Amino acid sequence: MIDVTITVNGETKTASVEPRLLLVDYLRETLKLTGTHVGCDTSQCGACTVQLDGRSVKACTTLAVQADGARVATIESVAAKDGTLHPMQAAFREHHGLQCGFCTPGMIMSALALVERNRGAVLTEAVIRHELEGNLCRCTGYQSIVKSIAAGAKAMGLAVGDLAGNI
Amino acid sequence: MYAFDYKRPKTVAEAEAAFAADSDAAFLAGGQTLIPTLKQRLRQPSALIDLAALDALKGITVADGIVTIGAGVCHADVAVSADVRKAIPALADLAAQVGDPQVRNRGTLGGSIANNDPAADYPAAVVGLDATVHTSRREIAAAAFFTGMFETALEPGELVVKVSFPIPRRAAYQKFRNPASRYAVVGVMVAETAGGMRVAVTGAGPCVFRVPTMEAALAMNFSAGALQNIQVPPDDLNADLHATSEYRAHLIGVMATRAVASIA
Repeated sequence: MIDVTITVNGETKTASVEPRLLLVDYLRETLKLTGTHVGCDTSQCGACTVQLDGRSVKACTTLAVQADGARVATIESVAAKDGTLHPMQAAFREHHGLQCGFCTPGMIMSALALVERNRGAVLTEAVIRHELEGNLCRCTGYQSIVKSIAAGAKAMGLAVGDLAGNI
Repeated sequence: MYAFDYKRPKTVAEAEAAFAADSDAAFLAGGQTLIPTLKQRLRQPSALIDLAALDALKGITVADGIVTIGAGVCHADVAVSADVRKAIPALADLAAQVGDPQVRNRGTLGGSIANNDPAADYPAAVVGLDATVHTSRREIAAAAFFTGMFETALEPGELVVKVSFPIPRRAAYQKFRNPASRYAVVGVMVAETAGGMRVAVTGAGPCVFRVPTMEAALAMNFSAGALQNIQVPPDDLNADLHATSEYRAHLIGVMATRAVASIA
């Protein structure tokens, strides 16, 4: 067993874990933070996306021990404590960015990282689609997700352009 | 996953010692190939030696016409590096096309070339740009580094520390990607270097390779048209459910032509 200290959603957590414990299982099984989903468990679907030191990663393809000393942010940290939705979450609701909702936590965590990566730039549909390649959705056909992210990004202060036609 | 021990050394010497001290250890870089492999129980290392804390594997520098990238630098950092973008835009473009954002945030240059997946992007950059691989023990020229499918010149316990890329006069990378995995069905790096013209192909064969006929044609006339009548024989190329060897041979011409056209 290895002792790890991980700051999860702003709270410092310590645990003794097996080296083979996946970060996603640590979050879901140990901390009971079940908002982070396991979809494919093969590094493809992105439903398990969390932020590790501010960067989006697939928690099913990261060991908990690799996160020792790091900051992890999950979907549970996104809305305000009183339940008020984050602008990105509100945009997903407003623009029908989800149907069954299973991929949504990963989509939101990827979308938030995407916004931070593109601060100072003009966000286009092409960039959103390219940077969303690590997240799969089996319901929506992505149109509404792209639209939601564009709206959410705008609400977060990003310049958004070139969305004509397709969405 | 089978159980394994886990070590996170701070120096290259400690990493090599930890590797030697264990019966069947494996180095862990970003883990984007290794962890899925472990999850499928296709490997059973006795210990993982995590390279994430090795400062020697970090950083990007540009000096004296050479871009040097630490083995532990992730693809996302190469893709957005202003220094890399200015010196070798083709290299930044290549890094931006690896996998997806989450993979690029974890996967590293050293991990990619040490694994030497036949469809990985970086081998085309290392061979196409005539880079040098600096390991914990020696320097290995690109031509000698990749020895076969998933095989390299690295010895057990030897780890990649950094890779130095001489800045070419011009270079471009074009990739026909598998839309699901985003691995290269065929990827071609075309570069005009101080040592001559280089065309390096990944994805098409068991291991990255150069195309001398294309290099000779481009040396005479650097234009897309110069490649028009060059056929790459499909005999030794990969065939799988994604593409036949004939299709891959055809794609080499298409990707090389697009690469040349973008910088001619």
